[in-house]
Amino acid sequence: MTSPSDPELRARALEALLIGKGLITEAAIDDRITLFNQRVGPMNGSRVVARAWADAAFKAELLLDATAAIAPYQFVGGQVDKLVVVENTPEVHNVVVCTLCSCYPLAVMGLPPKWYKDPAYRSRVVREPREVLAEFGLMLNPDREVRVWDSSAEVRYMVLPMMPQRLAAADEATRIAAIHRDALIGVVEV
Amino acid sequence: MFQMVNAAFVAGLIGNVDQFRHAIERIDPAAYLSDSYFGRWLGGLETLLVEREVIRTAELNDRVEELGGAVSRIAARPSATPDRVAYPPGGRHGQRPILAAPLYQPGQRVRALSRGLAGHTRLPQYARGRDGIIVAWHDGWVYPDSNAHGLGEYPQHLYTVCFEGKELWGEDAEPGIRVHLDLFEPYLEPVVPDQPEQDEP
Repeated sequence: MTSPSDPELRARALEALLIGKGLITEAAIDDRITLFNQRVGPMNGSRVVARAWADAAFKAELLLDATAAIAPYQFVGGQVDKLVVVENTPEVHNVVVCTLCSCYPLAVMGLPPKWYKDPAYRSRVVREPREVLAEFGLMLNPDREVRVWDSSAEVRYMVLPMMPQRLAAADEATRIAAIHRDALIGVVEV
Repeated sequence: MFQMVNAAFVAGLIGNVDQFRHAIERIDPAAYLSDSYFGRWLGGLETLLVEREVIRTAELNDRVEELGGAVSRIAARPSATPDRVAYPPGGRHGQRPILAAPLYQPGQRVRALSRGLAGHTRLPQYARGRDGIIVAWHDGWVYPDSNAHGLGEYPQHLYTVCFEGKELWGEDAEPGIRVHLDLFEPYLEPVVPDQPEQDEP
């Protein structure tokens, strides 16, 4: 049963109202949904990471100017006008957040997970990142620096995770499949 | 919801992204905390559509009732005196070259302003009054503080500033953490290192 102030019902009513006024079309919305379902998602970022693991020159370019480095892929979905890729190393772990809303590099990572947009993650990960990462199952050595990237303007961040030993002999497709979205945000390792 | 907002942007119904973010910040505070993420977007979208006179709250309420819902609490909080400015459409790509040289260089120590700012801003509360080091400069970008209110793009230099955990959270901060924020030049002031006192010659 829907509750009296159900936002979902109100959203449907609003959509019907705007379509009824001829201001937006159902087709336009459906086209965008299809586009995002088929072409926009973290598989794009995983491809970029897998290539950086295998190709030192590409990795160097990616860390220097990620927007230019990914341009040839022609990813769609937006929010990568200025993409910065930050590299995990044995000394440094990176994690991304948007404390003010939910900024996220859609073209390489798709739509953000629900927890990324919730006030709990947004407020806590800048205050106690080690504790939050531990809750994700990521126990970091105290000597390893944690760098939090709060996307407070239009720059978008993606983490370049370290390649684990188990993937050293794997082919590219296996590596891509192993690179989960959460590793691109930085709350887990690969 | 995501795609409805996108469609509304494309159709030019709701102005620019800064205005949309500000509208979400202005929704009913209880709804902000209790509604889902896209519930908050709905509140922001409805707020802007009513302020821009694309729809009226009453006709939306009627639609909700036609669909079998009852109208009680509404997240949207349209202003009675909204910013009345025509926005150029498609303001999503926010990078704008600036002729003026940046005031700060990488490696320089800066302080985030401590005073509150009226209206929309992208200076998080937790960094206000705190010192950090410029680690990157990103050229000029549309200034959200003016753009959200229809006062123009006024591009500003944008920097990434690195704050030590202890600077933000005090002595009980977790060890070895650094928080990086992208901050516009007007949010910052220089920190001049203490000069050693010199005796008169």
